[in-house]
Amino acid sequence: MRPIQHIIRKGQLQDQLFKVLGVGLTLVCLGALGALVFNLAIDGLPRLTLAFLSSFPSRRPDDAGILSAWVGSLLIMILTGLLAIPLGIAAGIYLEEYARKNWFTALIEVNIANLAGVPSIIYGLMALGLLVYRFQLGQSIITAGITLAFLILPIVIVATREALRAIPQNMREAAYALGASRWQVMKDHLLPYSAGGISTGVIIALGRAIGETAPLVTIGALTYIAFLPPVPLTHTQGGQLVGLFDWAKSPFTVLPIQMFNWVSRPGDDFQANAAATGLVLMIATLGMNAIAITIRYRIRRRIKW
Amino acid sequence: MSSGIRGSILVAAAAFASFVVAAVPRALAQDTIVKVDGSSTVYPITEAVAEDFQKANKGVKVTVGVSGSGGGFKKFVRGELDITNSSRPITQSEADDAAKNGIEYIELPIAFDALTVVINKQNTWATSMTVDELKKLWEPASDKDAKRVTKWSDIRAGWPDSKIELYGPGTDSGTFDYFTEAIVGKAKSSRGDYTASEDDNTLVKGVEGNKNALGYFGYAYYISHQKRLKAVDIQWDKNPQAKTPVGPSKETVVNGSYAPLSRPLFLYVNKKSLLSQPHVKMFTEYYLKNAAKLSEEVRYIPLPAKAYEFGQKRLDTLKTGSVFLGHEHVGLNIEDVLAREEK
Repeated sequence: MRPIQHIIRKGQLQDQLFKVLGVGLTLVCLGALGALVFNLAIDGLPRLTLAFLSSFPSRRPDDAGILSAWVGSLLIMILTGLLAIPLGIAAGIYLEEYARKNWFTALIEVNIANLAGVPSIIYGLMALGLLVYRFQLGQSIITAGITLAFLILPIVIVATREALRAIPQNMREAAYALGASRWQVMKDHLLPYSAGGISTGVIIALGRAIGETAPLVTIGALTYIAFLPPVPLTHTQGGQLVGLFDWAKSPFTVLPIQMFNWVSRPGDDFQANAAATGLVLMIATLGMNAIAITIRYRIRRRIKW
Repeated sequence: MSSGIRGSILVAAAAFASFVVAAVPRALAQDTIVKVDGSSTVYPITEAVAEDFQKANKGVKVTVGVSGSGGGFKKFVRGELDITNSSRPITQSEADDAAKNGIEYIELPIAFDALTVVINKQNTWATSMTVDELKKLWEPASDKDAKRVTKWSDIRAGWPDSKIELYGPGTDSGTFDYFTEAIVGKAKSSRGDYTASEDDNTLVKGVEGNKNALGYFGYAYYISHQKRLKAVDIQWDKNPQAKTPVGPSKETVVNGSYAPLSRPLFLYVNKKSLLSQPHVKMFTEYYLKNAAKLSEEVRYIPLPAKAYEFGQKRLDTLKTGSVFLGHEHVGLNIEDVLAREEK
């Protein structure tokens, strides 16, 4: 029989080894991200000026900017959020808390899980046939917003369900025992408790949407556009005041498309512009993730069970 | 907290509902927009023209997309575009689709591009090649059967006994279509075992970093990197201008001796847009007037002044259709194009 100390020492050694392995792998991931940001920053930071953010694209690299691209990305994100967040959260709540568990909900669940894995270009093709041609929405910001909303809907639904599932069952039972109705349990307990998890999921989903190119190219995103969507109620166009939602029918481009165009131009002239655009995208994505982490932290702090 | 959530759900729902109601039925007055799409090769020229045109004509808007020559024609023949850019003439099936949909178009050559076969700086042997040798190298047979070309010595005796690394554009590009048609003899017929990329800068880097590499792409990419790459001189038996190998340059393209790899680039303008929308006409005329200067600025090769005058004449007389349908269109020199313009 081996002495007990030997077994303990072996266990401790294994713990240490696993720790080193874990730290090492984490560093590899962080290192890759760091190298990427560093590389972009070296090439792009000098170009990242106010003029770069407030200029339209141009054939002269020093005059070119990303105004139409970031405005396009921002407006599409707003629309995507407006559509996908309420729908996704509502669907998630229904499936997790209200729906009866039968073959029909099982079918829906399988489909949602599958939808989350469908390549984004498929959403683009669907949107081209359905939204652009059938519903005549055109190659516009609203088409793009709806397309990306479809794309991230499964992610929002799954995140909502996970967040609700994490709430201990006895919270619900306690509330019911005190005579709360189903909706009271929902709004006073389940929603507040799950808000952190849900908003994290939503923001991660939006972070995915902002980097999408393939479905937007399919529905007809432009590459060169040197005007912004009309601002509501500010000026007249064709004899009538610009409507409240005319901007949504405007053609558009987005940051990743502008970036790809510059990367693939002949010569090195536009590479700095591409890197600067990459930085902007990176900052937007990291910024959204930071918001998600902050929200989760603040909400978690208030909840103890 | 709970009232906050309820409030925001209500607001979101209301915004969503009013948005759908308000936005869908109303179409924005888009009649002041010139819609252009198509080839990525022609894109830099059109971008430059659109930029200057919008500065000179406030209030008129131009949008340019990049769907590729084929993708551009697909939209064009459905009547979705005012103008499509193309790095090759319209094909018979595209022309048939246009006719079926009642789309008439005016064909305007606007600049020249020269497909350039490039090798590594350290490659001292393959500085000139014949079209037959290139055909042997790129034709589909060479990745399967016995006479498969894998080494430089397979192309010409005396060349090194080392493996060739091939680089070329992806199969969706007009450059691929044109190169295979000019060299192999049949569009889209190419060997498959080469490094393909839609981003030509990837090809540049590949050839730059490998002594045994050979690749092909547009002239603008070669000229931007000419310190780091070598262009192969091309010898063609059927070349009407030169019996010796010729390298790509502005002179050899304009005088027609860089054959068969120089090619014209085109605009196709929808006749209906031209007639019904004055700003489409304005933009097209502005394009023809400034194409020479601007195409050179973005590293393409301008047509002679006469060609733009013929283009303008076509616009004035509204001459529709393509002069390339049913014709050989590989290895054209500028005189051929102009002669067809005059007909």
